[in-house]
Amino acid sequence: MANKQDKSLLKRRKARWGWLFIAPWVIGFVVFTAGPMIASLYLSFTEYDVLRPPKPVGLDNYAQLLQDPRLRVSLWNSFFYTALFVPLATLVALCLALLLDRVHRAAGFFRTVFYLPSLTPTVAVGALFLWILNPNVGLINRGLALVGIDGPAWTTDPTWIKPGLVLMSLWSLGGTVVIYYAALRGVPVTLYEAARIEGASAWQEFRHVTLPLISGAIFFTLIVNTIAALQIFDEVYTMYFGQMESGAASNAALFYVIYLFRQAFEFLHMGYASAMAWLLFVLIMLLTAIQLRLSRRWVYYEGR
Amino acid sequence: MEVAGRRPATFEAAASAEMAAQRPPRSRARDLLSRVLFVALLLGCSLVFLAPFAWLVSASLKLRSEVFNLEWIPDPVQWVNYVKVWQAAPLLAWLKNSLLVGAIGAVAVTLSSSLVAFGFAYFRFRGRDLLFGLVLATMMLPQAVTMIPVYLIWNELGFINTLVPLWAGNLFGSAFYVFLLRQFYLTLPRDLFNAARIDGANYFQMWLRVALPLTRTAMIVVFVFEFKALWTDLMKPLIYLFDNTLFTMPRGIKTLVDRFGQGGEMQWEIVLAATVILTIPLILIFFLGQRYFIEGISASGVKE
Repeated sequence: MANKQDKSLLKRRKARWGWLFIAPWVIGFVVFTAGPMIASLYLSFTEYDVLRPPKPVGLDNYAQLLQDPRLRVSLWNSFFYTALFVPLATLVALCLALLLDRVHRAAGFFRTVFYLPSLTPTVAVGALFLWILNPNVGLINRGLALVGIDGPAWTTDPTWIKPGLVLMSLWSLGGTVVIYYAALRGVPVTLYEAARIEGASAWQEFRHVTLPLISGAIFFTLIVNTIAALQIFDEVYTMYFGQMESGAASNAALFYVIYLFRQAFEFLHMGYASAMAWLLFVLIMLLTAIQLRLSRRWVYYEGR
Repeated sequence: MEVAGRRPATFEAAASAEMAAQRPPRSRARDLLSRVLFVALLLGCSLVFLAPFAWLVSASLKLRSEVFNLEWIPDPVQWVNYVKVWQAAPLLAWLKNSLLVGAIGAVAVTLSSSLVAFGFAYFRFRGRDLLFGLVLATMMLPQAVTMIPVYLIWNELGFINTLVPLWAGNLFGSAFYVFLLRQFYLTLPRDLFNAARIDGANYFQMWLRVALPLTRTAMIVVFVFEFKALWTDLMKPLIYLFDNTLFTMPRGIKTLVDRFGQGGEMQWEIVLAATVILTIPLILIFFLGQRYFIEGISASGVKE
């Protein structure tokens, strides 16, 4: 009896310690996440410029979202860029990882080479690619000229600005390559042996052994890369915004988070920017939910 | 998320699994031939990935009139460009600020996340799993949703135009790191802790003396990732810093891009030299702690 009481006392004490350990996160969550979320939802129904107290305006900000042509442009830019970048990144990274998986010992070296660019600070990437993409003197168009192609004006032609930015982002896809490579190393050798015995071709082996077993990693990177691509800011802001701005670029490269940042901190339209933030949040949740749903059809989970 | 196949319990296990997994060759001669082909392909890709670096370093050492010529080796080598950056901007102050924010922020997030992760991994208390679900959910939250109210908090507290808002949020742990570290604590045998209990250690000492030393690798992973994130960030310094001497490196270099770059005074060599200086510390850290980067990234996609 006494023993039992001791035990439950111990259990309660231990639970208290548990709360103590997670206290930093709980406090941080309340102060820096939950509180601000509620505040930002409230602000999205007000007009607020920091100097004067917020003035409630009902649904005005959301109504304005529907009419603002700049918002439509920025939303289109972000989705166009994401729709171009994410599938391309997945494909290129998968090809590179498959190559790595075939060369055994040299893989470590090449993996480092592919990963290095993703370590370059985003501002450096922006500054660097402003010149790499330069229509006249840039590395890319000079390379294209070698094979007789007259490269487009990556940094000034509104049609080519986003494809240029996709090229830039593809340069730093090393993280995705590393994830795929790790997943490929995790495919049990016995399965390949079995496929050989069954007389599977290289393609069949890839399609029915490799692909299902790394589908979890592909799904993970799809989600993460989509969320990140929709929020791209640093590189593009460095290249095309700030004190020196060209009209063409500031339209074609006006991504959603850049527009949001300017509304909030350059024009001090904090209420409108909060409404924009919530729209982004809802869109990201929707997209992730759709991806999760679709994943049931193609992501293979062992033991399920 | 879970990648099927062997799921290594620790990084070390993953590394040794990597050694063991060699695919059976289809035929010896064909295998050799295809491997030569794959290495050649990888070499080609490597050149593409390394070319921007080579161009950057080379151009940063050229005469202004020759920055965009076709030579890969600068002649004459203009070390003076690096002196010119030093004269054009308070680079030392920027480096100091970046190092300060990076070091304080990364140490803070490593310790706090580890504390919280241990709380979630070792203790049982009511609401634990629900709260941990909340931790995971916050990973999806776009920064834009909390950005404005968090700015208002720092504004209210009088910390605008100081470095504090750049690192203080890290004192409360960060969802992704809590998740990653918890995975590690779950692999530690419980007997270890029970032994420490018998020796009279309290739970805090248990974390400090048993859990921390055993997960050193994981903590270094967290540290290097957060240091990279803080070193790279442009948006927070744009929001919070206004004095030139308070800038971090990315924020400062953005002003150099505006001043000397496109549409500015056209002194590209200065911008490029600054970009090299911004990039070098991360490359150095990478080569010092290479395995931590690779293991950290691999784990993010492979672990459950």
